[in-house]
Amino acid sequence: MDGNTNAIQTVDVRRHYRMGENVIKAVDGVSVTIKQGEFAALLGTSGSGKSTLMNLIAGLDRPSSGAILVHGRDLAQMSSEELAKYRRHTVGMVFQSFNLVPTMNLAENVELPMRFAEVDRSERDARVQDALKRVRLSARLTHRPSELSGGEQQRAALARALVNKPQLLLADEPTGNLDSRTGEEIMNLIQELNTTLGTTIVMVTHERSLAERYANRLIFLGDGKMLDAGEPATTLTAGGVQ
Amino acid sequence: MKTYDLVELAGRNLREAVLRNSLTTLGIAVGVASLVAMLSLGVGLQQVFGKKLGRSGLFDTVIVASKQDFRNDEDRRTRPNMQSGDIKTLDDNARHAFEKLPGVAEVYPEIRLPAELRFAADGKTERPHFATIAALPASANASEAFEDYQGTFFSGPKVDEAIVMAEFARELLEMPENTKQAENKNLSPEDAKRLIGKELTLRYAERTASADSKNTGSNEDPGGAGFRFSVVRREKKLKIIGVVGAEPYGGVRAVSRGRVFIPTELAEGLNLIQPSDLRTMMRAPASAGKTYITLVVRANKPTQVKAIQDTIKGMGFSTYSMQDASKTLTRVFTFLDMFLGIFGSLALAVASLGIMNTLVMAILERRREIGIMKALGASDIDVKKLFFVEAGAMGVLGGVLGTALGWIIGRVINFGTNVYLQRQDIPTENFWYVPWWLVVGAMTFSVLVSLGSGLYPASRAAKLDPVQALRHD
Repeated sequence: MDGNTNAIQTVDVRRHYRMGENVIKAVDGVSVTIKQGEFAALLGTSGSGKSTLMNLIAGLDRPSSGAILVHGRDLAQMSSEELAKYRRHTVGMVFQSFNLVPTMNLAENVELPMRFAEVDRSERDARVQDALKRVRLSARLTHRPSELSGGEQQRAALARALVNKPQLLLADEPTGNLDSRTGEEIMNLIQELNTTLGTTIVMVTHERSLAERYANRLIFLGDGKMLDAGEPATTLTAGGVQ
Repeated sequence: MKTYDLVELAGRNLREAVLRNSLTTLGIAVGVASLVAMLSLGVGLQQVFGKKLGRSGLFDTVIVASKQDFRNDEDRRTRPNMQSGDIKTLDDNARHAFEKLPGVAEVYPEIRLPAELRFAADGKTERPHFATIAALPASANASEAFEDYQGTFFSGPKVDEAIVMAEFARELLEMPENTKQAENKNLSPEDAKRLIGKELTLRYAERTASADSKNTGSNEDPGGAGFRFSVVRREKKLKIIGVVGAEPYGGVRAVSRGRVFIPTELAEGLNLIQPSDLRTMMRAPASAGKTYITLVVRANKPTQVKAIQDTIKGMGFSTYSMQDASKTLTRVFTFLDMFLGIFGSLALAVASLGIMNTLVMAILERRREIGIMKALGASDIDVKKLFFVEAGAMGVLGGVLGTALGWIIGRVINFGTNVYLQRQDIPTENFWYVPWWLVVGAMTFSVLVSLGSGLYPASRAAKLDPVQALRHD
């Protein structure tokens, strides 16, 4: 993996909402670069704009202005069909609340992104098995999410995010709903993906200690603006993030 | 997304809310069933009438009348002040002209009159009976005018033979009246044997030319000379050769009302006075020979009827044929089918609201799931297609179930109606028919209505903002 190549580059990205008379500047002129294979953590307090920036990078939302270049392609210029294709093939996502489909079992949940990516049926079973094996859930294939613990659900979500072999893993507060031991387990898995597969990781968190332990680059946001960015050792006291 | 994945996911989603989706599908099924039941009834009725008219023999015949006697709407519209001079007389000249037209097989008058008939039942003295006599051409047998017939047909065109209706046969045999009309109207073979071969005496009034031209003192029409005729009472012995249960020609022709049938050529030879003769005499010009109220022109093939009818119309006569009847019938049944179809579709329209409601509810319930799907790479079109397939699946299932249900309802209505008819002593009929086009049409309509109902929910689901949807609890 070429560590000098830009995986993500945002150029003066703004995301403003109108709420009645007021304009809310959720993201306000953020320019940030994340290299390929990097493990970046977006840090900030609640309402700092980190999740909004994450949604913009995920192609779930569109910026009011500015550019978001992922592997050189500007998401802001893509049609909704192209964005769907981008989410299908380039991005994998994990959420704080896991977001597994409750009516599907684990195998079906992990298979779901492959349906959208039109992966051949004959390939799917093996890829489901591989992904669940990687997160050590091979024995829970036929269980529904409600039959699993929080940690297991997040591991299943991680398997689902990886099954289409994305170049970019976006994790929005992945440990937010987990106890510290299970959270650590998940973070180790994410780090393992970063180191073994070279997947670029962007993680949203408000826990500075977690970010410093696993990420090799911290980006601090506050009031929709970027306050500071750098390696954990060199930083930073911005944003009131503990 | 590939088609099998779409179908599989749609199937999963439908199974997840099985009760609600089943009830919605049942709603569609009831809608389709009402449509199928209504239209099958319309088609069935059309068939019953069509069959009756088909048996009338009118498909290959043109009824011709003088415009004075039979003015149709077109005549009234185009010539509201028709003068008697414009009107062609339906006389022997016209009859001969019709006979010479290409494609004409025969031309004969419709003869029907009341007469006295005398008959002696087994071991009893001869008694008078009064009934309507009607004349039938030899072709009546070939065109299957008779249904429920016992005996033989006229052995020749001018033979002294008679066919009697079963009702009248009962009267002749002095049997009690058959009050149960729904039961077999014809005589039993044993009773028919008691009648067939027996002699029936017809007493009738013969019209003979009168030589007496003496002025009676009144102001006689100078041009009317030779139009006097005498009435002579005559008798004719007829041999009964057959008994028929159902009125000939499906009961729709004037001659169908006869109780005793004799050959047309025999009737013509007898110069029977008909009630209409006096009217014809008053109207006809002096030059006219024998005149007719109506003539029946029979074509060799039904396809020649229109050409013959047009030619005769062009000659200045009024005509009526099955072409007109079938046109009117088709128009009436088109309206009936349309009415029944609209009525039947109302239930389907209500069901379509059910589909819309179910899918809108599904969007609300599956809002987060839609957000997840979009986050995992589903496009707006994928989401739209998924909802469409769900609506379509409910339409297909509802269509199949509804058609089967409509078939059953149709049968039940038919059965119930026939039970009622039997109790009312009316012959039963099959009022219900489900043609293949109705099956295919109902299912297609069901799917189209379902897809139509899915349009709004599908596009609403596709437009969901994934960020908002993912925040939904």
